[in-house]
Amino acid sequence: MDLVRELEQMTRSRGEWLKGSGPESDIVISSRIRLARNLASYPFMSRATEADRQRIQETLKEAILASPDASQCIYIDLEQLDLLDRQLLVERQLISRELAEGKGPRSVVIDRAERFSLMINEEDHLRMTAMASGLNLEEVWQRGNQWDDWIEQKVVYAFDEKLGFLTACPTNVGTGIRVSVMLHLPALVLTRQIEKIFRSLQKLDLAVRGLHGEGSQATGDFYQISNQATLGLSEQEIMKRLGDIIPVIIDYERKARELLVRENPQNLHDRISRAFGILRTAQTISSEETMHLLSSVRMGVHLGLIHEIGIPKVNELFLQTQPAHLQKIAGAELDSTDRDIERARFLRRCLNKEEGAESSQGPSSSG
Amino acid sequence: MKCQRCEKPATFHITELTGGKPVELHLCEDHAREYLTQAGNEPASAGSMAALLAQQMAKQLALGQTADELAELDQQVCPYCGITFYDFRHQGRLGCPYDYVFFEKELHPLLLNIHGELQHTGKRPTHPAELSRRHTELIRYRRQLQEAIQEEHYELASRLRDKIREIEEST
Repeated sequence: MDLVRELEQMTRSRGEWLKGSGPESDIVISSRIRLARNLASYPFMSRATEADRQRIQETLKEAILASPDASQCIYIDLEQLDLLDRQLLVERQLISRELAEGKGPRSVVIDRAERFSLMINEEDHLRMTAMASGLNLEEVWQRGNQWDDWIEQKVVYAFDEKLGFLTACPTNVGTGIRVSVMLHLPALVLTRQIEKIFRSLQKLDLAVRGLHGEGSQATGDFYQISNQATLGLSEQEIMKRLGDIIPVIIDYERKARELLVRENPQNLHDRISRAFGILRTAQTISSEETMHLLSSVRMGVHLGLIHEIGIPKVNELFLQTQPAHLQKIAGAELDSTDRDIERARFLRRCLNKEEGAESSQGPSSSG
Repeated sequence: MKCQRCEKPATFHITELTGGKPVELHLCEDHAREYLTQAGNEPASAGSMAALLAQQMAKQLALGQTADELAELDQQVCPYCGITFYDFRHQGRLGCPYDYVFFEKELHPLLLNIHGELQHTGKRPTHPAELSRRHTELIRYRRQLQEAIQEEHYELASRLRDKIREIEEST
């Protein structure tokens, strides 16, 4: 299948990390593990020439496509991809903004199920990410680790006896690992407990970021929690530290939801129903408002207050109402005003059609 | 000496070079942290938090150094990739694996600050670290080869080519 059709098909699917399945998936959207690696024989990106980048790309591409899983791989040359398609990959969290907006030879290898993404010539020569829906750190570690083993058979990584894997930024040296879990925490936001939780996480040396990783805002009540330190602890220890704290946050969110239901059920039901009402009837709507309202709807589905739609569909809408997805689906490039109109039209079409269709869907361990 | 912002003893001596003229600050630990966090709030050119963090941390390297010492340090050039310490401080990114050796003295306190540890205990590649070090030498030889060709030192260029081939084939 050619790349255009691959991307076309991708736009209309929800991908692995938004499947809405897996352990604790009412609150945990996805689990990800990223490994940063560099080839020993080339400068890091800031000092790499165009020719170096080309050779790094060829070496890594060859190593990746010689792996046992090569048949699942789609190789995408970012230099050949237009802006909209690059944005599409950012929205799907398959590539970083840095890779999308970068210059020179750079590429990504993904699989059709969107369970891994191998970025070439990003901040480091190679950044391997494995992802899964729900809380599933062990599974993503196995997959990421396997890719690391396969590629390492073909190349020589920059590695030091004392400092471990050497990376362009000293914040990633050692294991080069970033373990992260994306959580949906609307009740903690609503009950104003979120700041307190973040402060305690920071004391535990964990970072909190928004939906699109580094430097992004937390929209739609989505937060990514990840490790800071990468040196001195083993990968297992880093995973355990995060793995130990996530259930505590999940528990807080569940308790906050219970509190909302107990204290003022009318108010909560009203808020959620209104959110759903606006999404089904609006004539123009921004991306931010959509995220905000979908967040309420998502919680409403889990609390059993909305029956007309299931979690997989809600997750899909989070993705498909983002600018690049919307334009791909509409089949035209749209400015911001037209996008808001198109987004509202798209939501009306999806949500009114969905009525009664997916009522039995969704795990409801929270409600 | 007292902290310039409170009554506690000043344990951090910071030389700020961003405003043209060096400004010396003497702060207690709490105020130094506050100052360095604020100083890092300017938008990072690379736009990532990692770069921001590295910038902040890089600024901490200035602790306890005079403006002259820092200026001298800034001019140090890695013989492999050609990055200066100044470049690193400003980009928050290193230029090649050898920088971890060349700037070891400056980087170790920084790494300790970020990670709290200096000894890797996680996964290791199957190839020995020695092979990795040998391969990193290629960065220097390739650069020297370019220079030799430009300066028409063909004999040197030929020797460098042999060296490069030898390392490449040793994999």
